[in-house]
Amino acid sequence: MADLWLQFVLTIDATIRVATPLMLCAMAGLFSERSGIIDISLEGKMLLAAFAAASVAALTGSPWLALAGGILISLLFSLVHGFACITHKGNQVISGLAINILASGLTVTIGIAIFAQGGQTPFLSSDQRFSSITLPFAQAAGSIPIIGTIYKEILSGHNLLVWLAFVAVGLTSLIVFRTSFGLRLRAVGEKPEAVDSAGISVVAMRYQAVMIAGILCGIAGAYLSVAHGAGFVREMTAGKGYIALAAMIFGNWRPLPAMMACLMFGFLDALAARLQGVSLPMIGEVPTDLILVLPYVLTVVLLAGFIGKSTPPLAIGTPYIKER
Amino acid sequence: MVSDTQHKTGGNSALPPVLRLSSINKRFGAVHANKDVSLEVSAGTVHGIVGENGAGKSTLVSILYAFYTADSGQIYISGQQQQFKSSADAIRAGIGMVHQHFMLVPNFTVLENIVLGHESSGNLASSKIKAAGELATLAKKYGLEVDLDAVVQDLPVGLQQRVEILKALYRGAQILILDEPTGVLTPQETEQLFEILKALRAQGVTILLITHKLKEIMAITDAVSVMRGGEMVAHLATQDTSPRQLAELMVGRPVLLDVGYSPPTPTDICLKADNISLTQSGTTKLDGLSFSLRSGEILGIAGVSGNGQSELLEILSGIRPPSSGTLSINGHEIGADNPAGPSEIKALGVAHVPEDRHAMGLVLPFSAAESAVLGYEDDARLGSAAYFAPEALHSHCAQLMAEFDVRPASPELKSNLFSGGNQQKLVLAREISSAPKILLVGQPTRGVDIGAIEFIHKQLLSLRDKGCAIILVSVELDEILSLSDRVMVMNAGQNMGIIDRADATIQTVGLMMAGVVDSDVEARR
Repeated sequence: MADLWLQFVLTIDATIRVATPLMLCAMAGLFSERSGIIDISLEGKMLLAAFAAASVAALTGSPWLALAGGILISLLFSLVHGFACITHKGNQVISGLAINILASGLTVTIGIAIFAQGGQTPFLSSDQRFSSITLPFAQAAGSIPIIGTIYKEILSGHNLLVWLAFVAVGLTSLIVFRTSFGLRLRAVGEKPEAVDSAGISVVAMRYQAVMIAGILCGIAGAYLSVAHGAGFVREMTAGKGYIALAAMIFGNWRPLPAMMACLMFGFLDALAARLQGVSLPMIGEVPTDLILVLPYVLTVVLLAGFIGKSTPPLAIGTPYIKER
Repeated sequence: MVSDTQHKTGGNSALPPVLRLSSINKRFGAVHANKDVSLEVSAGTVHGIVGENGAGKSTLVSILYAFYTADSGQIYISGQQQQFKSSADAIRAGIGMVHQHFMLVPNFTVLENIVLGHESSGNLASSKIKAAGELATLAKKYGLEVDLDAVVQDLPVGLQQRVEILKALYRGAQILILDEPTGVLTPQETEQLFEILKALRAQGVTILLITHKLKEIMAITDAVSVMRGGEMVAHLATQDTSPRQLAELMVGRPVLLDVGYSPPTPTDICLKADNISLTQSGTTKLDGLSFSLRSGEILGIAGVSGNGQSELLEILSGIRPPSSGTLSINGHEIGADNPAGPSEIKALGVAHVPEDRHAMGLVLPFSAAESAVLGYEDDARLGSAAYFAPEALHSHCAQLMAEFDVRPASPELKSNLFSGGNQQKLVLAREISSAPKILLVGQPTRGVDIGAIEFIHKQLLSLRDKGCAIILVSVELDEILSLSDRVMVMNAGQNMGIIDRADATIQTVGLMMAGVVDSDVEARR
């Protein structure tokens, strides 16, 4: 029984680790999409940021510079997305797709050119990465049943970026629903003409939104390669950007429900990892592939609209063109 | 091209006009949308600007609100020259705009919509509280009561418009521009709007009313300016003018406001509806409608928008079958069990000018020549069924354009590049050229300029005189009353009664539209 409890606690702990980049990306997507810009390039930006961060970490040894590098490259590509979709009123899905394809090729090509390790970056040592933060008295608290285990295994031992992801959710919620900026952001995604006629620049609002999205994607990418992982591996995002997008849609473009959806996806992922090779009562050993595919199947099911009805911002996907 | 009727408006010459536009010019490519337009508006007046579609009214107010910048010309407010770079500058200068299509975020509350862009601080909650206080004062001062916490999309159109006005006033508007404000309002809501405008005027707000409805100009304005072809052709004091004079100035030639109605010579019954009902996802749209139509008469169908008229047209034209009841068209029975689609109904000699010409009447990206054959692709005049000869399409369209005075008469021009009136004339030409026995017409003059309205009304009457039976659905009561031989009034999907032209006064029909049935009418049902 105690063992099962520990297994559960460890799964929750893993859930948080897996959900961190999802949460950051979901908040990124939320800012962008609330302003009316579809952002499927979360995936590509995160991949680029992961690569940039790992490269900077490998070359300079500083996780902080690595984080800055990841943010910078992601921000750059969010501006490319903005330039295509806002300034030139291009198709937002195509632009996002282009960034994703570019990211997937560019990271490997440049990786080979710099490090000559088949597209990977060198293994990062612990001082080149964001290290785990052990909360005070975690070891001692471990002996206390239940609460102590939760404290030691779930709350303690996460790196800074994990905490940052939760802070990002709270801040997003605050900004979107409690500030004047948030009101304008939501308005520009619902009815840009109303914002324009109030004398506020639709273009400026949307650029700000995609730039915030770029920053958050950058943090998510850096988390993958210099916090959670220890270096860049080709295609290391493995569809997490899309899952984050699905979680955000499932969360109905709201920060807290989107976070819950991310945690659910994270839990399935963590569970899948734990269930590999484990023989379950009555079912027997579940094939690994079947378990690994679970989060993706769920994404399809959720996006197909089986659960709940989502109401996207009214003006999403439509470039703003002044009448006549 | 300034008419000799021009003279300055506003009596008090000591004060500079609150708004003065001087020699405004604006071109869109080859189109000279505003040519040397000048305008003076006196403080505390309601000043009307009339003109047909495309006369340049909207361009002019868009320049005033800094949506566009003028190519040349000056704007003065209270004597001070203005350099507007964006709408924010215009708002700061005291200009407020109520757009034809409301600039409201539908899922925001009234309060959120009003503070949007004019928040007092970054903190939304405190901005809202501060705004709510100021709005209470404004609402009391101008009689603009509205629930600030209501979600905009739940409000009726009239109240949404009130929110727009309140929004402009909250931003400090001293000059309020209203662009075609009554297009979406019921007669009662229009009445309420005018009361509000009078209250605003009494408080010193200057109002610029853009409209094409002469009745409204006469009812509410102090002065009126007329635009035609991008130019200002006259400035008049409302009390010195008449609808006839304004119409002539707008069109540039004498206009028949009276279409020249003559009594009909109806013959046999060609269409009979018996107890037609329609239920759609649980709601009753049509409730036991029965009526008959004779060749050579116009049956007008009056009613407030959304009382089943659209559904009735769809059933009569075969777009959808009735849930119950039967329809007899030239002897053919049609009902829920033996439905007939649009092409079968068309084969019975029924032509249909749909209510929404953009969605159903035309394919906007198609050329006029292509739009002119929609639904008649099998017509022998266009060549074989499998292949259209481009020349045949072209000449067919050119002929329709000549007969129905569609301008510009260029069959290759895209349908969406024609003005509303010319689009409607094209649809009408297409349908009438099929020599129908029965013509169904929905909102024939919605968004259509006066010149084209006159033309369309004459065409309908002359078609009737040739023996065609016409069902005319319109929310413009004046249109129904001036063209119809008999009037059927619909309310909540029911026939409230059919009355003869002689008995169809605005009062009688208005009451029936509201669902009140007079006992005399009841007897004749």
